[in-house]
Amino acid sequence: MDQNVENQGRLEKLEGIGCSRKRREDPRFIQGKGNYVDDIKLPGMLFAVMVRSPYAHAKINSIDTSKAKAYPGVHAVLTAEDLKPLKLHWMPTLAGDVQAVLADGHVSFQNQEVAFVVADDRYIAADAAELVEVDYEELPVIVDPFKALAPDAPVIRPDLDGKDVGAHGARKHHNHIFNWQIGDKDKTDRAFSDAEVTVAQDMHYPRVHHCPLETCGSVASYDAIRGDLTVWITSQAPHVVRTVVGMLSSIPESKIRIISPDIGGGFGNKVGVYPGYVCAIVASIVLGRPVKWIESRSENLTTTAFARDYWMSGELAADKNGRIKALRVNVTADHGAFDACADPTKWPAGMFHVCTGSYDIPNAHVSVDGVYTNKFPGGVAYRCSFRVTEAVYLVERMIDVLAQKLGIDKAEIRKRNFIKHEQFPYLTPLGLEFDSGNYLPALDKVLDAVDYKALRAEQAQKRADPNCPTLMGIGITTFTEIVGAGPSKSCDILGIGMFDSCEIRVHPDGSAIARMGTISQGQGHQTTYAQIIASESGIAASQIAVEEGDTSTAPYGLGTYGSRSTPVAGAAVARASRKIREKARKIAAHLLEVSPDDLEFDLDQFKVKGNPAKTKSMKEIAWAAYNNVPEGMEMGLEAVDYYDPPNFTFPFGAYLCVLDVTKKTGETKVRRFYALDDCGTRINPMIIEGQIHGGLTEGFAVAMGQELPYDEQGNVLGGTLMDYFLPTSMETPHWETDFTVTPSPHHPIGAKGVAESPHVGSIPCFSSAMVDAFAHLGTTHFNMPYNSYRVWQHAQSLGI
Amino acid sequence: MIPRPFEYHAPTALPEVIALLGQYGDEAKLLAGGHSLLPMMKLRFAGPGHLIDLRKVAELKGIALVGGEIHIGAMTTENELIFSTLLAKHLPLLAEVARQIADPQVRYKGTLGGDISHGDPGNDHPAVMMAMDATFVLAGAHGERLVKASEFFHGLYDTALTPGEVMTQIRLPLPPAGTGSSYAKLKRKTGDYATAAAAAVVQVKNSVCVQARIALTNVGPTALLAGDAAASLVGKTIDEAAIGHAAALAMKICDPTPDLRGDEAYKTAMAGQMVERALRTAAARCAI
Repeated sequence: MDQNVENQGRLEKLEGIGCSRKRREDPRFIQGKGNYVDDIKLPGMLFAVMVRSPYAHAKINSIDTSKAKAYPGVHAVLTAEDLKPLKLHWMPTLAGDVQAVLADGHVSFQNQEVAFVVADDRYIAADAAELVEVDYEELPVIVDPFKALAPDAPVIRPDLDGKDVGAHGARKHHNHIFNWQIGDKDKTDRAFSDAEVTVAQDMHYPRVHHCPLETCGSVASYDAIRGDLTVWITSQAPHVVRTVVGMLSSIPESKIRIISPDIGGGFGNKVGVYPGYVCAIVASIVLGRPVKWIESRSENLTTTAFARDYWMSGELAADKNGRIKALRVNVTADHGAFDACADPTKWPAGMFHVCTGSYDIPNAHVSVDGVYTNKFPGGVAYRCSFRVTEAVYLVERMIDVLAQKLGIDKAEIRKRNFIKHEQFPYLTPLGLEFDSGNYLPALDKVLDAVDYKALRAEQAQKRADPNCPTLMGIGITTFTEIVGAGPSKSCDILGIGMFDSCEIRVHPDGSAIARMGTISQGQGHQTTYAQIIASESGIAASQIAVEEGDTSTAPYGLGTYGSRSTPVAGAAVARASRKIREKARKIAAHLLEVSPDDLEFDLDQFKVKGNPAKTKSMKEIAWAAYNNVPEGMEMGLEAVDYYDPPNFTFPFGAYLCVLDVTKKTGETKVRRFYALDDCGTRINPMIIEGQIHGGLTEGFAVAMGQELPYDEQGNVLGGTLMDYFLPTSMETPHWETDFTVTPSPHHPIGAKGVAESPHVGSIPCFSSAMVDAFAHLGTTHFNMPYNSYRVWQHAQSLGI
Repeated sequence: MIPRPFEYHAPTALPEVIALLGQYGDEAKLLAGGHSLLPMMKLRFAGPGHLIDLRKVAELKGIALVGGEIHIGAMTTENELIFSTLLAKHLPLLAEVARQIADPQVRYKGTLGGDISHGDPGNDHPAVMMAMDATFVLAGAHGERLVKASEFFHGLYDTALTPGEVMTQIRLPLPPAGTGSSYAKLKRKTGDYATAAAAAVVQVKNSVCVQARIALTNVGPTALLAGDAAASLVGKTIDEAAIGHAAALAMKICDPTPDLRGDEAYKTAMAGQMVERALRTAAARCAI
């Protein structure tokens, strides 16, 4: 057989890095055979429903549970009084605050958890929940973070009375959480004083929700005889949950097993620990039976971890040619009633300091104030790394504003400010080291692909025609993300470094099982991790089982969020595979009676240098690992790797959007969206494309419709899918995708992570396009979401 | 999202339905497709003690040409409207509106009679029924009576149906030659109620409008028949000026409730825009 043909056949069989292998997860999902938390059914299992406050701010005078307890089929009704003896009525948050598990005499947001009703089934629990009588005394409500900081503003958190210092330093007001600053303020201020041109823009990133198709929930099962606690939970970070549960319950982690089964989307909503989980565990311990708690859709949308609600004021200083000299940012961050963000401990604004973007900006200073309001807690990431969407939005909007002021084209001003390829690794003024990037070719490729000049010409023509029924907008973003948290020197959660892990066992027949500390929620880990192992160890991907999510079998890891699976766990996978390969090399050398140095690795085998007929396949080596190893070597073929990344990774992209706004209705049609992503080494191009389509669609949803508004009484509006915008295929635009490849120099296989880039990059691109549609009329910015109503109002304000 | 306890009944004939309604009175609710009632029950806004499912009542189904009218059983689903060849030939507007309601899953269950009887101004069929000059057959213990669409809707969730009555049939006159119709709906997303929508039925002879009916969705406590707007077209060529004038008259009768879809100004303006769209399309369809 032709050698090349044979090699090609072996390569295809391997299904390694770069191959568009079909997703191994899909057969079960598309046949309805997934296994989600609500599919878990245990003998004797009870069901629980949360009683929630209808008021956004109230004192609780009394709770009468007697009628509910007397309702047939009810087993328990828990309130804060029942949790107090266990010291579980409050719990620590990942952000260094505390959160009421069940309201302790005071509620500070609508739908706050007040009582937990446990019954034979969910129908009885729902009926009995209505019978819990709570005497509320309403208090004045604050939903605006600026009003929250007024001297005489009502106290949202009486439990913090007298605490002038929080987890992140001094609190300057009773509703203030923290002030966090980074950068050189004096130098930045001087750059502004000396600048030829400055621009300033206020913007609000609305309160939105991830709205995963599967809501949050858990099943807790305590075995009183064995003293074991098992919790099935839809969690993006099962090991972190185990540690938190251990801290709260005083049960040793060795007796706690957290299982994340199939997850119906997370996007950052499923990182933290919610009151329902704690209550289900307590109820199971108290009642000695398994207890299931599953959120309704509205509970999910109005109680468990929102994203954003960032009020950002940006300023740029530049010269007349548009070269940026300094960036200054002030943020008022509405965290809701409890600070339940999920950020690395040291960074209460996450990685917002990536806000200098893809640009060579010599000076920058950022100040973020966290504020309490009578709204549900959160401020977590939503398909992005910690606060990165906010940061990228800020800088991409600001550079557009500067371009507009100077009359420079949006593409051109970016080119003038890009960090140049030869400047990498590049140290930003806010202390991050960008490992790699190549921005100019990416933008040029996009501009050529869409014929940017022709689009601008068409736009000019339409602007000149007063009878044109539509406004045409062209948006551009050239973003840099920061993902792969992260190096333990800067990133930890609850004191645990943000490493991740992989363990591989090769069986005697040459097949293997691999387990990681991450957990897939749609990313396709079962498929892609196997590809890394295939390329690195020579075991065909089809022969590798990938398992995640069970803390009793998987090695400890920090979980899947912030696009960290590939940058962190993916690196551990590659390194564990290499350990397997190196042991296999020694076994092969032993079998072939040559020195290990005389062997070269060749796809799925080792061959003797200069004598390619002498080979040992990985299959043969695996068998030998269990019966014929070199003297002094342990039997078996296993490897474990815990990977602490030396740096973050910095995926980037260049996006362009063309949209048309109908003047008289505000309806917007996204005519074209071209997304070029550079995620370094591409493991599975098909999955990457799917991830990008998903991220762009969520970005479109945020830009065009998602919002959780509040009225002045603290009622959350739009907390159902009637109002909350989840685009279907009918609304979703057509996506065009493209790529360049700039591998990460420090990652074992050069991969950077990709799933969040399209979300982070597309949202400012939609804003850029929408503002551009009105730019000739003087608009520099207006806030999302761009539903028809809001766009029409903006058009009306301009007299269109 | 769990309703309060209720008793479920599945009668198979109309007299049984009427008997059950008589027996349980205020405690009973009729279940058609369930896409309005069941969400209200799950949110515990409604808690009927008895649910009378009409799904098995065969005489409430079917589409037929009877004399000069189309008769449609109240339990005919949106999907059956969409795929009816009889309607495609005689009343294409019905399929056009049905296609703009919710999504395929809902349209397989949702019914014409349920959509109308619920009395929700956000539903799409009431305005279309007004524009098509429909007549409803209401049956009760004392027999049947006929009520015009224009007289059926009394207020929010309030209709001409009296306790113990059920809508059994919808009767629609065949449009005369030269008639064109259209339904224009502005919605935020698939599955949403209209921000505003308009149904227009116009008849043109020798380039002049001889008859017009216009009705509006979700810009008042009920669907609204825009009489002045329609009358303004009669005797005129339906050109841009006439369309603009009619839309302005239609906007005058709007009294929408502000919500996240928009304030009064926006919804009223959109009602005008939808009237314009519907009229343009309807006029273009007046073949002859």
